[in-house]
Amino acid sequence: MPGNKQSDETTGACQSVTQATDPLLGAPLLSPQVPLVEAIGITKLFGELKANDSVDLTVQQGEIHALLGENGAGKSTLVKILFGSLQPTSGSLRWLGQPLNVASPSEARKTGIGMVFQHFSLFDALTVADNIALGFDSDVSLSEVAQTARQVSVDYGLPLDPSAVVGDLSVGERQRIEIVRCLMQNPQLVILDEPTSVLTPQEADRLFEVLFRLRDEGRSVLYISHRLEEVRRLCTAATIMRHGKVVDVCDPRDSSPVELAARMVGGDIADVTRAERDQSGPIILEAQNLSAEAATPFSVRLSKINLHVHAGEVVAIAGISGNGQGELFAALSGEAGVTGAITCDTLRIADKDVAPLDISQRRKLGAAFVPEERLGHATVPQMELSENVLLSRHASDKDTLTSAAPIRRKFTSELSAIAKRVCDAMDVRKGTADPVAASLSGGNLQKYVVGRELDRAPKLLIVNQPTWGVDAGAAAQIRQDLINLAEAGAAVLVISQDLDEIFQIATKIAVMSDGQLSQAEPAKAMTRERIGLLMSGSDDADGTNGARAA
Amino acid sequence: MKVQLIKRSQPSNWLALTSPLLALALTMVAGAIMFALLGKNPATGLYTYFIQPLLDPWSRDQILVKATPLILIAIGLAICFRSGNWNIGAEGQYLIGGMVGATIPVLFNTWDSPMVLPLMLVMGIAGGALYGAIPGFLKAKFNTNEILTSLMLVYVAQQFVDWLVRGPWRDPDGFGFPGTKSFNESAVLPALFSTWDAHYGAVLAVIAAIIAWFVLSKTLKGFEVSVLGQSERAGRFAGFRPAAMTIFAFCVSGGLAGLAGIAEVSGSVEKLDDKLSLGYGFSAIIVAFLGRLNPLGIIAAGIVLALTYIGGEAAQISMGLSDRAARVFQGLLLFFVLACDTLIHYRIQVTAGSASAARAARAEGAG
Repeated sequence: MPGNKQSDETTGACQSVTQATDPLLGAPLLSPQVPLVEAIGITKLFGELKANDSVDLTVQQGEIHALLGENGAGKSTLVKILFGSLQPTSGSLRWLGQPLNVASPSEARKTGIGMVFQHFSLFDALTVADNIALGFDSDVSLSEVAQTARQVSVDYGLPLDPSAVVGDLSVGERQRIEIVRCLMQNPQLVILDEPTSVLTPQEADRLFEVLFRLRDEGRSVLYISHRLEEVRRLCTAATIMRHGKVVDVCDPRDSSPVELAARMVGGDIADVTRAERDQSGPIILEAQNLSAEAATPFSVRLSKINLHVHAGEVVAIAGISGNGQGELFAALSGEAGVTGAITCDTLRIADKDVAPLDISQRRKLGAAFVPEERLGHATVPQMELSENVLLSRHASDKDTLTSAAPIRRKFTSELSAIAKRVCDAMDVRKGTADPVAASLSGGNLQKYVVGRELDRAPKLLIVNQPTWGVDAGAAAQIRQDLINLAEAGAAVLVISQDLDEIFQIATKIAVMSDGQLSQAEPAKAMTRERIGLLMSGSDDADGTNGARAA
Repeated sequence: MKVQLIKRSQPSNWLALTSPLLALALTMVAGAIMFALLGKNPATGLYTYFIQPLLDPWSRDQILVKATPLILIAIGLAICFRSGNWNIGAEGQYLIGGMVGATIPVLFNTWDSPMVLPLMLVMGIAGGALYGAIPGFLKAKFNTNEILTSLMLVYVAQQFVDWLVRGPWRDPDGFGFPGTKSFNESAVLPALFSTWDAHYGAVLAVIAAIIAWFVLSKTLKGFEVSVLGQSERAGRFAGFRPAAMTIFAFCVSGGLAGLAGIAEVSGSVEKLDDKLSLGYGFSAIIVAFLGRLNPLGIIAAGIVLALTYIGGEAAQISMGLSDRAARVFQGLLLFFVLACDTLIHYRIQVTAGSASAARAARAEGAG
């Protein structure tokens, strides 16, 4: 058979064309003519859903290859198949031209495929060396592992102390552990899943240098991201996926980010526009010296947060997730409760002291809230959209919804009417008239959750991660709606990790780092570099500390 | 061949209605197998268990007597379970309710007034509710595991009531048997009909079921129960307080168990003795789930479970089966109810050929 013959040839080629040797780990580097890894006609079914539909992917040797696509496009499925944690329904893999069968991640590692996941699998209570050693055979001694780890980390410019306890390290440092652990296996292909989503711009730059170094050594990198600027900087080839299919293979440097985005989404994305005027009204949200003790060992302590949001403003809080954003949202919304764990000098919404008020009472003052988690926080997953209207509006819309008696029958028709109005206004696509929340796609549910609050015409809207995991089309729409709400005279506070989003919509930007909030500065005066510095907690002390914002 | 559970995008309404019936049918099949293994005729066994009691007037009366506490307790448990609180200690709340309600006829044996019975019922409810509030409060305040605390309080209640009826409350003229004096007329919950054993507790159970159904499905409080039961975080977002709900659910559930206890004491036994703890509080867990945590469904489920008690007694007498067989039936029923509920959210998919076989086939094709 022809397939057989070809693989024989390539095996021969591999043996004869060994040209260079990796200086550190002694691995042979191979001829660049043969693709390192190929996926041919990969199809993966989950029930009726085609997560991957005859997907082809070719990664050359010594190439940084981008895998682009929106959430749910099938990138993760494809990568999991490459890494052996999923088996394809049909299709095949080739490694240096030979058929490849990866039944498990450990086989993938033996083949030479390493992966750095978006979510780390590290034990906080153990040291760096312990964590790395867990991935190796038990006959390797801990000191050997520590020694090799130190050497790899020095060689690649990834400073790491093997004896440090993981719990004390920053997110960037934890990612370094994962990368070092991956590199110690001497992989030919390194897969990185959204690696910069947890990094400051400066940390990301350092990561890119490591990736270029790997490429120069002849290794290949498969780089999964939706950050197009990054991909254009790093990658020389890109495979773009949409709805489980490959829609394009191109050199990302030849296209503008807008063109790439259009191919990812399969259509033009509406531009987000903002009127260039700086009119701000009275202060709607005001917090002074807001502090909160950490409620659990895993939450962040808030210390002395000062914040003002005027009517007509969109104030954005940037920061890497896990720096207290969720805690701040809970304190401002009143979800955290009104117990002694939260202290403040002032916490006012629309000129009322809200410190002793719960979330329902704050809503009655005209405040509206959209939490980060769509399912299980903003909605009850197995309840219909109409019932979920009641979830956030039973108190604020008491007059129309619950009327005099707390009898639900009286307002079921009203609830359905509101749900329909929200879905029409936000263009929420759904299968049935009133589906359960969990059956909607992420983007559609997010549009519903934001729309449910916009429908109230709130005076103050606080949103945590408004477009997290949402497709580009829905994201653009939500961003525009937030701007429109502010221009209509409401105060909008947006907590977001997405700097592109923040620069699109914010009039003022503050940065959250380790439970502290920097002073909000006009968005026009802010740069990514400055935000990056503030994210890493190093305020360059420009003398504005302590001065009142706006 | 590979069998997989695939999640449905929407829960199946059809199966939500039919899954208890399916569970019942599967229990019958498993029961028939059990009879065969015991060397009994399966047809006779099932007939004795499930059909015969329905044909005999005396058995029908007894079914009603047993169904009353089961239904009352299960309604409370349904509210509790729906709110995400796992009260396993209804048996204890039932005992304490019966005991607290019995204090009036025991301590004021000669008091004869139309006030006596209502007061006993109210005290029974209050006793059960307060006893239920203990694990509720511990969970709300200290985040203890309510399954353990509520269960362990059952043993406390059992020992305490046992001590009372053997010690301070024992009838001096009772020939040394544990138990209080028989209640006088005004402290006895009347029978439905003069010749029946079934008492007005059955009416209370139906009224309680209707009220609970209305509250759960038609009021904001019912909405709060479902929201907090399905997602505590979403509940906080809605402005509901999980800790308050925990205490509320335990009080309601304990109160209904207490009502069941005092109704049993006052309507069936007519005194407090050492045989009050018959396991209704545990069997009611099966009733609650068999009734799909719906108070109206629980009425039907309570009758089905009462049937297994009476049928079990009949099988014991006429077929010589151990009374443990009835327990096995109840266990099977709970098992199949929970198993069949899976089908509401998942469907079964059978695919020919496993993944490894498919890979082998591919490898062959390539080679």
